[in-house]
Amino acid sequence: MTDAEKKAKNAKKSAISVFFEEVSRSSLIVPILAILSGLLLGGILVGLSSESVYSVWSQSPFLAISNGFKAAWESYVTLVTGALGSPSRIIAAIQGGDGLEIRRAFNPIFESLVRSIPYIFGGLAVSLGFRSGLFNIGVEGQIFMGGIFSVWVGYSFTGLPALIHIPFAFVAGALGGALWGFIPGLLKAKTGGHEVINTIMMNYVAFRLTDWLLREPMRREGSTNPLSPIIEESAMLPQFFDEPIRFHFGFFIALAVAALVYWFLFKTKWGFDLRTVGANPHAARYAGMNIVRSTIVAMSLSGALAGMAGANELLGVNHHLSQSFSPGYGFDSIALALLGRNHPLGVVLAALLFGTLRNGATRMQAAAGIPIDIISVMQAIILAFIAAPAIVRTIFRLKEPRKAEAEIHVRGWGGS
Amino acid sequence: MAPILELEGITKRFPGVLANDNIRFSLEEGEIHGLLGENGAGKTTLMNILYGLYHPDEGKIRIRGQSVRIASSGDAIRAGIGMVHQHFMLIPVFTVTENVMLGDEPTGFAGILDRESTAKRIREISSTYGLEVDPGAHVSTLPVGVQQRVEIIKLLYREANILIFDEPTSVLTPQEADQLFRIMRSLAESGKSIIFITHKLREVLDVCDRITVIRQGRAIGTTTPQKADNRKLASMMVGREVVLEVKKSKAKPSALTLRVENLKVLSDRNTLAVNGLSFDLRGGEILGIAGVQGNGQTELVEALTGLRHPVEGRIELLGADVTRGTPRQITELGTAHIPEDRQRDGLVLSYPVADNLVLNTYYIQPFTERVVLQPDAILRYSEGLIDAFDIRTPSSLVDVGNLSGGNQQKVIVARELSRPIKLLIAAQPTRGLDVGSIEYIHSRLVEKRDQGVAVLLVSTELDEIMQLSDRIAVMYRGQIVDVVAIEEASKERIGLLMAGVLSEGQKA
Repeated sequence: MTDAEKKAKNAKKSAISVFFEEVSRSSLIVPILAILSGLLLGGILVGLSSESVYSVWSQSPFLAISNGFKAAWESYVTLVTGALGSPSRIIAAIQGGDGLEIRRAFNPIFESLVRSIPYIFGGLAVSLGFRSGLFNIGVEGQIFMGGIFSVWVGYSFTGLPALIHIPFAFVAGALGGALWGFIPGLLKAKTGGHEVINTIMMNYVAFRLTDWLLREPMRREGSTNPLSPIIEESAMLPQFFDEPIRFHFGFFIALAVAALVYWFLFKTKWGFDLRTVGANPHAARYAGMNIVRSTIVAMSLSGALAGMAGANELLGVNHHLSQSFSPGYGFDSIALALLGRNHPLGVVLAALLFGTLRNGATRMQAAAGIPIDIISVMQAIILAFIAAPAIVRTIFRLKEPRKAEAEIHVRGWGGS
Repeated sequence: MAPILELEGITKRFPGVLANDNIRFSLEEGEIHGLLGENGAGKTTLMNILYGLYHPDEGKIRIRGQSVRIASSGDAIRAGIGMVHQHFMLIPVFTVTENVMLGDEPTGFAGILDRESTAKRIREISSTYGLEVDPGAHVSTLPVGVQQRVEIIKLLYREANILIFDEPTSVLTPQEADQLFRIMRSLAESGKSIIFITHKLREVLDVCDRITVIRQGRAIGTTTPQKADNRKLASMMVGREVVLEVKKSKAKPSALTLRVENLKVLSDRNTLAVNGLSFDLRGGEILGIAGVQGNGQTELVEALTGLRHPVEGRIELLGADVTRGTPRQITELGTAHIPEDRQRDGLVLSYPVADNLVLNTYYIQPFTERVVLQPDAILRYSEGLIDAFDIRTPSSLVDVGNLSGGNQQKVIVARELSRPIKLLIAAQPTRGLDVGSIEYIHSRLVEKRDQGVAVLLVSTELDEIMQLSDRIAVMYRGQIVDVVAIEEASKERIGLLMAGVLSEGQKA
């Protein structure tokens, strides 16, 4: 077919169908449809697990089903208002003019942003690894190491000005994470020990190290609970509003770091090295790149980003170390990086989504009694759809992606 | 009588490509029919349709005059169609018998495998068609030529009448190829019908009864070896007159560029793949390394380019000891390397053409200033190379994986030859390429030689070695068994050396 014929053929199609064709081939559509499918299946699960369905089933199955829909709908309404705030409450608060009430009304959306920050760092950590051909499962452990280092700097140095103390503690956290990434990176580069196995093991070491530190050396004086001392005020990331809004400066650090990661990966020769090693290690070696060095560097940087997630949580929100300050941010980050297609911008968007869902789910649990685990299930479904785009393409009858969109992010999944 | 197989009006479209365009093809009983065409001409698509792996958009397949529908390879096997794939589908740790019975295992009482009955059939088939093979041998211990026989036996065991050979000689020595041709003839004489897919002109002229040429998805015409010759077939394949001979003057060797002494290199399996090998290479000459695949050429090239460290010996490049040099050091000394496996080593398929064109120079000025990549400089440079080397691509931002094999190779050639180089190591530079690209790459290699570059050409294609080399070193089991000046070389002599047969007076 000549170009002229093609054009003629395209012109015959309606603009809408051409648009749909373009959209269905673009790389955004699968993540979006995966999210929608996740929400849909999650809703069905909520309906199925709702008591009001079974209590009326024997009287009227029809009523039972409609109860199921009602339950799902209500829980999603709670989820959304819990995550973004309720418009009526916001209006009422503004009309009332009471400062605290206004802050309370706007709090959900800020809280969603607060919950997104560790996801941004964690997602960047995983995607930097993926881009370099490494599957960093150790983000969770690296977050704990980042937390330990930053908290220690945060409470044991006194009398520093905030302008020095905050960066000091933050960088210490990054270094802690980097150390925990460096070790499996070194093992991979020098001995071929697989980073998936070693990062999982390093997670356990980090968890148990945290337990031990909180029992003895780092335990808060006079406390019987495993909690560290509270950090100096000079090490706390500044917050912008009064109680209860916890929104803090970490959000802007996270955005800046995302931009920096983008610049590093796509605009510098170092990033070119890492990406080439990730995309085709054989060609990278042929082209004279140092695979050993780039593996170690990539794992260390990935760990540093994860460490920042820990530092951010403790310097910005918790202000002390505890055994459970991360509800699995590191593991969620793996899913999130995939959802964001391992691109810093995608990661930021996916992190905002995950933070919003997590925050909404907390409120949903409190208000509607829907277990928070439903969000984990939803995330799992979304991830399954992302990891197997063929499913989404089949369900929604999408065309194959253009060949150029080679699935870079699936390399590293146990591959060589 | 109706032909045993007829393809009529076969059309197959892929997004943006018309792979097969209204192809008509017929195969008579007991005939060897050559299917000749460049890579990407649509031969493999056509055969995959016949084998049930693709479904044609239009067209009919008839067997003995009966229209059939082949929806899967199972259908194809039931219809008596069998295929010897280019890459063998054998399990190395299984015996010949086990490989042959695989997929259709005869079982006795309680599902216990009945190996003996299969072995008996294999022996019968062996003696009928002259396919000698030991049914009890493990496939991994067999030479490549014999493994191919196992593939053929697999088809005959399933009583295939139509045998498709997909580029069967690419892994064979000339002698093994001749042996294969004898087997093909004896199969044809006993009534089997054979489709022989190849891009090698000599082979179709040697062995076929009829030849059909395919170009750009269309069947261009059918002829016989009596009516055709090399030149005619080549121009049918390419669509224009082709220069088959590379014109080159006598070499004027200059200074010593590369000296290799007693080199020993381990393979991945820790065997000595290169076992005490020495040679010299001067500027302005082409040294061809001939040899059957797997005789240590890969490891030799990897050692020379720093991808694999030798265990013993010495490599000297322009007076510098690079025995344990890194790829980057060796590149920076002025070495260009056209790698054997272009998609694995030479390119990052998910990168645009432009990035691939600076794959080993991206870190120096003007492509990087301080540490920041300079996309403008990279683009300008790559546009220049795309023009100069006639790389057919919609733009320099298209991923290299989307280009045809020939154009992918041109990207590598452009990248390697556009630098100031002293030594060019070309490993299988034209493997799998079309005649036009081969012609182009050959002339570029000779051009570099004439500019005073030392060229090391490693190839398993004897024709290529004979055409280009000034001296030929034959590699066998990790050693150079002999170095022959081109004036004294003949195909027979080199072929024998490739099989490890030493010439008179050399036997130790």
